[in-house]
Amino acid sequence: MSATIDQLVNREYQYGFSTDIESETLPPGLSEDTVRFISAKKQEPEWLLEWRLKAFRRWLTMTEPHWPNVTYEPIDYQSVSYYSEPKSTKPIGSLDEIDPKLLEMYSKLGISLNEQKRLSGVAVDAVFDSVSVGTTFREELAKEGIIFCSFGEAVREHPDLVKQYLGSVVPYSDNYFAALNSAVFSDGSFCYIPKGVRCPLELSTYFRINQSNTGQFERTLIVADEGSYVSYLEGCTAPKRDTNQLHAAVVEIIALDNATVKYSTVQNWYAGDENGLGGIYNFVTKRGKAMTNAKISWTQVETGSAITWKYPSVILQGDNSVGEFYSVAVASKMQQADTGTKMIHIGRNTKSNIVSKGISAMKGQNSYRGKVHILPKAEGARNYTQCDSMLVGNECGAHTFPYIEVQNNSAILEHEASTSKIGEDQIFYLKQRGLDAEQAVSMIVSGFCKEVFKELPMEFALEAQQLLGITLEGSVG
Amino acid sequence: MLEIRDLHAAVDGTPILKGITLTVNAGEVHAVMGPNGSGKSTLAQVLAGHPAYEITSGEILYKGENLVEMEAEERAQQGVFLAFQYPVEIPGVSNAYFLRAAYNAKLKAAGKEEVDPMEFLDLVEEKLKLVDMDPAMLHRSVNAGFSGGEKKRNEILQMAVLDPTLAILDETDSGLDIDALRIVAGGVNALKRPDNAAIVVTHYQRLLNYIVPDQVHVLAGGRIVKSGGKELALELEARGYDWLLEAVA
Ligand SMILES: Nc1ncnc2c1ncn2[C@@H]1O[C@H](COP(=O)(O)OP(=O)(O)O)[C@@H](O)[C@H]1O
Ligand SMILES: [Mg+2]
Repeated sequence: MSATIDQLVNREYQYGFSTDIESETLPPGLSEDTVRFISAKKQEPEWLLEWRLKAFRRWLTMTEPHWPNVTYEPIDYQSVSYYSEPKSTKPIGSLDEIDPKLLEMYSKLGISLNEQKRLSGVAVDAVFDSVSVGTTFREELAKEGIIFCSFGEAVREHPDLVKQYLGSVVPYSDNYFAALNSAVFSDGSFCYIPKGVRCPLELSTYFRINQSNTGQFERTLIVADEGSYVSYLEGCTAPKRDTNQLHAAVVEIIALDNATVKYSTVQNWYAGDENGLGGIYNFVTKRGKAMTNAKISWTQVETGSAITWKYPSVILQGDNSVGEFYSVAVASKMQQADTGTKMIHIGRNTKSNIVSKGISAMKGQNSYRGKVHILPKAEGARNYTQCDSMLVGNECGAHTFPYIEVQNNSAILEHEASTSKIGEDQIFYLKQRGLDAEQAVSMIVSGFCKEVFKELPMEFALEAQQLLGITLEGSVG
Repeated sequence: MLEIRDLHAAVDGTPILKGITLTVNAGEVHAVMGPNGSGKSTLAQVLAGHPAYEITSGEILYKGENLVEMEAEERAQQGVFLAFQYPVEIPGVSNAYFLRAAYNAKLKAAGKEEVDPMEFLDLVEEKLKLVDMDPAMLHRSVNAGFSGGEKKRNEILQMAVLDPTLAILDETDSGLDIDALRIVAGGVNALKRPDNAAIVVTHYQRLLNYIVPDQVHVLAGGRIVKSGGKELALELEARGYDWLLEAVA
């Protein structure tokens, strides 16, 4: 049985191809000049350049955090290229002007930028290396007053909105990687849902790193005005390369009174090989701020990256606001994941719900790190945390680091945790009923992740389930 | 249907089965009895193809084919069914989904068309009656939080759905009250046909009041120390196993 299992787990990374496309890439190195170059390239207003420079100067005074439960060789930030764009593509979002090679690449990834093929009602903003190469369904969305475009475009066309909200949830000084991102971010997505509008499509950003040796630093800003609703999806892949590549993104969500934002991620960056060679370093800051009666819900399925450092969080600012975090994190091969959430209860009767499913296989190390902070004025706050780990094999590890800080005695917090092991007996039971090893592992793991998968939009849930199957199949020895 | 010839099997290098020879014909029910630790479950697991058990010598023919060469799932698809002594829990996977996946795996292996959830529901509702099980159980996770008796009944439900050619029941009666026992036995009897067979492993003779075996075998120390008709079970009930063990020693 072990033989089949090893074959399965070493299955090739499906998105590991690279696209041969001419790019204009900044030579490696990071200085104020780099920041100025990027800002000029994007024809940014003075205030934004100033903001970037402040971030850069702050970053210079900061040190890389080493509290996560991950180990890696020191990153040489001077050896990274901070900007790369495909030569033939105008950074203006017209789909007609997209290089056919790029379209072909996206269709190879299963992403259709062709509006005729109205892919299951999803509008896509496609980010290739440092720039957005196209956003679909813009006109249809514009009818509702919804703005969905690349970040660069938003800066040009909706500067007031950007200026008002940029850094309002994740200030440039927030942490080392957020500061770096604020200094050198190149593009990303922007989305604004007007008052009372329920966004009729799923909005989606698809990130693709293609160029070798480049970092990707995108920024997403989502503003849901009062009483609005939006569901946002994020997907990502990268070619297989022997060197580690840096990805340091920032996502900020603002949910104004009575608004609801659902943000779902299926993260499948290249994870490196079984000896730990290559793979993406994924250092991401994601945070939302929920005002009165607003709700922000993060759902993530993290299967890729060599290192994942990510804590999608919610500041429960307004009374009765709700924060949710549903997570499946897989660490297989030599992957290391340190992920979780922060729920910061400020308003009264605020509620948060955390469901974390960690799966460790082969030599993977998986850590859940979560913080629930109830501030003094958060009368009647509630949190429920459920944190389950599943081990596949004997060489992997699962760790949990829950932090709780309660400054109001009326708070009610519940915490449940479990660790289980996919056993030979479970697999045998299913095989005895006629299922093969692949189906068996896939069924057991899907069952384990069920509470998270049900939060995902339908197509995404299926994709996630398959992805998990591919990542894990056969890692039971 | 099943021919076991001088079967020796070991787990972690420890020999457990030490020469089992047994023939089961279509239409027959065989009871395997014996004290704890005598190797009954080992025999059942070996027949089902558990990878932890190593067959060190001997052979097993099933419908004339070498069973030992077949993967566990292939045996299942070919009609070998094991009702486990300790059924495993699969949290988050609904019983209905699991049952249908198993049913379809068997159909697919036979080159037949798979059934959709609606068709399957019709089929399974029939079978639920057979084991007197609440349909709500279909929507609970496989065996998760089931009582001992519910787990055993669930095994019989699976058996009824999969309609095996060779069913092996490993102490399905243990831990059942008399009503449940009757239901389980009723289910087994209802599935009995001239073209299938069952091996019923049991520790107690009381199950054999409901399932009448053609032959009874007593397993001790990894060997069959005595075989006989159904009256052997009654004798064991009256006299225990000691007289047999002494005779062998
Ligand atoms: N995985 C195992 N490792 C070591 N010994 C085992 C293992 N499984 C069973 N045995 C031993 O094999 C013998 C037979 O066990 P088993 O087949 O479960 O007996 P029964 O079902 O008749 O009670 C016992 O002595 C038991 O301790
Ligand atoms: Mg036993």
